[in-house]
Amino acid sequence: MLEIKGLEVKLEEEDKQILKGVDLSVEAGKVHAIMGPNGSGKSTLSYVLSGKDGYEVTAGSAELEGADLLDMEPEERAAAGLFLAFQYPVEIPGVGNMTFLRTAVNAQRKARGQEELSATEFLKDIRAKAKDLKIDAEMLKRPVNVGFSGGEKKRNEILQMAMLEPKMCILDETDSGLDVDAMKLVADGVNALREAGRGFLVITHYQRLLDHIKPDVVHIMSDGRIVKTGGPELALEVENNGYADIVSEVA
Amino acid sequence: MNALRQAKQEAAASLLDGATLPEAGGWSRAAREDALARLRAMGLPSKRDEYWKFTDPGTLTAREAPKAVTFDHGEPPVFDAIDRLKIVFVDGVFDAEASDDLSLEGIEIARLAETGSADIHWAGDVYGRLEARGQSPVERPLAALNTALAHDGVLIRVSKTPSRPVSLIYHHKDDSSDAMLHHVVKLEKGASFTLLENGPAAARFNKCLEVDVADGAAFHHVRAQGRDHERRAITHMFARLGEESTFKSFTLTVNGKLTRNECIIELTGDNAVAHVAGAALGDGDFVHDDTVFITHDAEDCESRQVFKKVLRNGATGVFQGKILVQPDAQRTDGYQKSQSLLLDGDSQFLAKPELEIYADDVACSHGSTSGAIDEEALFYLRARGIPEGTATDFLTLAFLAEAVEEIEDETLAEEIRGRLEGWLARRRG
Repeated sequence: MLEIKGLEVKLEEEDKQILKGVDLSVEAGKVHAIMGPNGSGKSTLSYVLSGKDGYEVTAGSAELEGADLLDMEPEERAAAGLFLAFQYPVEIPGVGNMTFLRTAVNAQRKARGQEELSATEFLKDIRAKAKDLKIDAEMLKRPVNVGFSGGEKKRNEILQMAMLEPKMCILDETDSGLDVDAMKLVADGVNALREAGRGFLVITHYQRLLDHIKPDVVHIMSDGRIVKTGGPELALEVENNGYADIVSEVA
Repeated sequence: MNALRQAKQEAAASLLDGATLPEAGGWSRAAREDALARLRAMGLPSKRDEYWKFTDPGTLTAREAPKAVTFDHGEPPVFDAIDRLKIVFVDGVFDAEASDDLSLEGIEIARLAETGSADIHWAGDVYGRLEARGQSPVERPLAALNTALAHDGVLIRVSKTPSRPVSLIYHHKDDSSDAMLHHVVKLEKGASFTLLENGPAAARFNKCLEVDVADGAAFHHVRAQGRDHERRAITHMFARLGEESTFKSFTLTVNGKLTRNECIIELTGDNAVAHVAGAALGDGDFVHDDTVFITHDAEDCESRQVFKKVLRNGATGVFQGKILVQPDAQRTDGYQKSQSLLLDGDSQFLAKPELEIYADDVACSHGSTSGAIDEEALFYLRARGIPEGTATDFLTLAFLAEAVEEIEDETLAEEIRGRLEGWLARRRG
């Protein structure tokens, strides 16, 4: 599904190498987790994959189902099936949540040559999905993320994911700022989307999210590289011993 | 007398050389003569005047109007779907055939050009009077010119709230038409009235609207200026507000080489509310100037100015907004906001917010900003699959939303939103 090879990335503005050769392959139907200390390059990886400005790819490749992601505009990557759940969802005053989502859904459908959803079809779909995430009609009407609590913002990200039905989902620190109940709600939303044709890359600093979203593979990232890969037990090792041991062991 | 004043007076004398006051309108004769005298004393505006520093009045004061060709972008005119009484002017002249029958329960409508020697005493109390009051402390010579020479326009007296709005429609057919219209609206106690205006009007358009809002009355105004890339317009709106009255005006401006909208409001009765708002979209050869002067002369009044401009390809936006709070206007609530969204580095926004406060118990504030599209928000939208152009339009509409929200009537607000979307979509091609 997602194939990353030897990806090297530096910041455009300053001569600073962030990713120093990342190799990663996420298969359809699998959940991969990336864990790592702050500053290891986890979020950068998610931004580079989704096409944010400010990064320069100096080597390597990233493909989604064989299509070169790095050559696409952000909206083309989304239409190709890539979804990033933001660590810090952006507030957009003046744009209604519902209008935003409908435009996004239909823009993607249009880009893929599918027929646009009618207002009725869309409403039916979003109401059902919003209900599962305990997002009420009021939240759907409000401007995108404006005045939402941390938990509401993250739930709104998962709602977008559910509506857009991407092939490859990247969750960037989705657990940050969530209390236990909110995390459970978000994790349930993610788990409901797990299916054979969909890959997940869950970026997290702590193991606790992985109690709820059980990964198939866990990677440890440090200083711009994936330094260790293992099963779910690797996350527990981090929880018990911290990153220092693993990182020094590899170094 | 200083040299600048002398030069301005000479310019006025030269422009007025050969001009005659309209024959009709005996009752307005005195007001016209007064206006002419004011104009001769003030002279024409000059680029060296404090309030004309940002906008060159040259083409507005030139003897001949520069040519302007209208265009049709294929969309039906704004307000087409609204049930309203239509009054049509073509190149500044009333068109009876295109207009509806001028009768509507609760209001009297008369043509300025046809009033002849009839004694429309109520209009005599307003015509040129509010304009004259609005000449101090800032001179507005082109409004005096209008009062003196405008041939046509409507006089509307609202005694009881009518069932539908009155809509003034300005067509432009002659590429070199130089039109002047002067309207008077008088709202009697407790009446509500909505006035709509739209259309390119003329190659050069000088329009004056005087609105007298009696105690407890409510005036709503929505205007759309567009459909003309080369139009030059100077408009003035003078209003006087009585006790517990409301005045709400919104203007949408798209295209046009030069548009200056002046709005002069006096809150003279306690608890009056005045809101003026505007959204302007300019692409290329476009100068848009909002010059607002609001005087609080009574207690517990509220005024609000919300102006937003979207500028690109070298377009220029100007905002000169003032709130003057007189010594006895205690508990004034005055607010002004002027913001521009610059879509490229070539465009500019020039803003001069002013507060002059003589009362001690007031809350007045102003905010003026210039900014670009928020890159974080743009990426967020694109990451959801919304193409860059659509995403930029989204954020542009979001930027303008606050001004459009000033329109109380939701149907009219939707109409304006539709225009904004249409304009942006056409720009994207």
